[in-house]
Amino acid sequence: MLKITDLKVNYGGIEAVKSISFEVQEKSIVTLIGANGAGKSTTLRAISGLVKQRSGKIEFLGDDITGKDAHFIVSKGITMVPEGRRIFPDMTVLENLKIGAYLRKDDLTEDIKWVFDLFPRLKERSWQLGGTLSGGEQQMLAVARALMSRPKLMMMDEPSLGLAPLVVRDIFAIIKEINKQGVTILLIEQNANMALHVADVGYVMETGRITMSGPGKELLASPTVKAAYLGS
Amino acid sequence: MDLISKYLPYILAGISVGGQYALIAIGYTMVYGILRLINFAHGDIFMAAGLIMIYLAATMPLAIALPFVIIITVFIGFAVERVAYKPLRTAPRMSVMISAIGVSYLIQNLALYVTGGLAKTYPSIPWISDTIKIFGSTTKRVTVITPILTVVLIAALVLLIKTTKIGMAMRAVSKDFDTSQLMGIKINTVISVTFIIGTFLAAVGSLLYFSNYTAIVPTSGAMPGLKAFVAAVFGGIGSIPGAVIGAFIIGICENIIKSGGSSWTTFSDAFTFVLLIVILFVKPTGLFGEKATDKV
Repeated sequence: MLKITDLKVNYGGIEAVKSISFEVQEKSIVTLIGANGAGKSTTLRAISGLVKQRSGKIEFLGDDITGKDAHFIVSKGITMVPEGRRIFPDMTVLENLKIGAYLRKDDLTEDIKWVFDLFPRLKERSWQLGGTLSGGEQQMLAVARALMSRPKLMMMDEPSLGLAPLVVRDIFAIIKEINKQGVTILLIEQNANMALHVADVGYVMETGRITMSGPGKELLASPTVKAAYLGS
Repeated sequence: MDLISKYLPYILAGISVGGQYALIAIGYTMVYGILRLINFAHGDIFMAAGLIMIYLAATMPLAIALPFVIIITVFIGFAVERVAYKPLRTAPRMSVMISAIGVSYLIQNLALYVTGGLAKTYPSIPWISDTIKIFGSTTKRVTVITPILTVVLIAALVLLIKTTKIGMAMRAVSKDFDTSQLMGIKINTVISVTFIIGTFLAAVGSLLYFSNYTAIVPTSGAMPGLKAFVAAVFGGIGSIPGAVIGAFIIGICENIIKSGGSSWTTFSDAFTFVLLIVILFVKPTGLFGEKATDKV
């Protein structure tokens, strides 16, 4: 579905991503794990069109989307839940959802009902300003907002960051649920344990390169991964 | 009764000038809200609208000239953004500001070149320049029309921002460029729309403002532009209601000072700038300014 070939990205003067290649199969959950500064976020930002790659190719559903603008990428069906949630604090929950569907011109009633079913908490707070929600609720809102564009592929940048363990479990349960409903997921995580448990395929990124890859369960069992990312 | 007849004309004039400042101030505050840029060229575009009016009114009937003045001015505002600010989107803010100062001088000097440095007589617009009587004091009709038109335009603007899709996009872009792009919003379109709205209001303000004056020189935009800027800072730059309230306060206070006689009139401009200094000391974010929120 998504195919990255020899992607190189410079970010802030440094070579943040040094020639990586990977693939995301339709309907799967794929995770990129790695430490801070490994180039995971930059990879996502390049796919979503926020930063331009230096070289390489990004293909989505057979189309070359390399170097296209962000709004075009969204219209193709790729959405991103940014790091740190980045909901619009001065807009209500409902407005945040509506802006997630910015490019759509059809009726949103069904979709709003759908995300409210996924996140009942948001329904209770639909008139509250985004900034008044708790961290976990903001993360749910960020996911719901991304879903409003009816994505084929949802990329998530550190959804567990700064959240309580119980909330993290909820978020991961939702990720699985969304995936079951047909949305392909590309997940970036420092929380390698959680990410590899839900992922069909995992990639380990270190200083701009992919150093390991394999099914999630396999990586979980790998001694190198265990030592470096699972703390055992 | 005497008191009313003495002060009413000044208060009316103050409300009117306040409305004109408000129409300019919105351009400053909206552009700041989205780009964090003080558009120094805004006052000069306001002046340019006046000159365009002079030249167009001399060649075509007023009914055709008026909409053309607005259209051309809006185009200038749009073009300035595309040519002088857009290429600097990722540059440091200071560079964009210097570019804005450059555009300001460019417009002033173009005006100097076109007019040959001579003051150009502003045409009197029939009906709105007519003299009318209100509560026993005589004034021009524009004095009454300005606040009404200002309120209508601002109400329309607020409605646009609160309820329409492009309004929602403007609010989003003013908060967060990256995330807005992830929603599929075209940042450059939204910024252009902001400049178009800002210059449209300034063009309307220009038509109203200069109808009280007999002539325009290339620096005629500087003082009203500066006062509108002070109004925007006073109200809290980035906030539309703040800019409007600030503009009315400045307009009214200025004219009340003028009511004190010629020895006071001299100080009416000074008042505005004293106000700026005071607000910067006491409440730098202005009346309705955003509180600086830290990233959580």
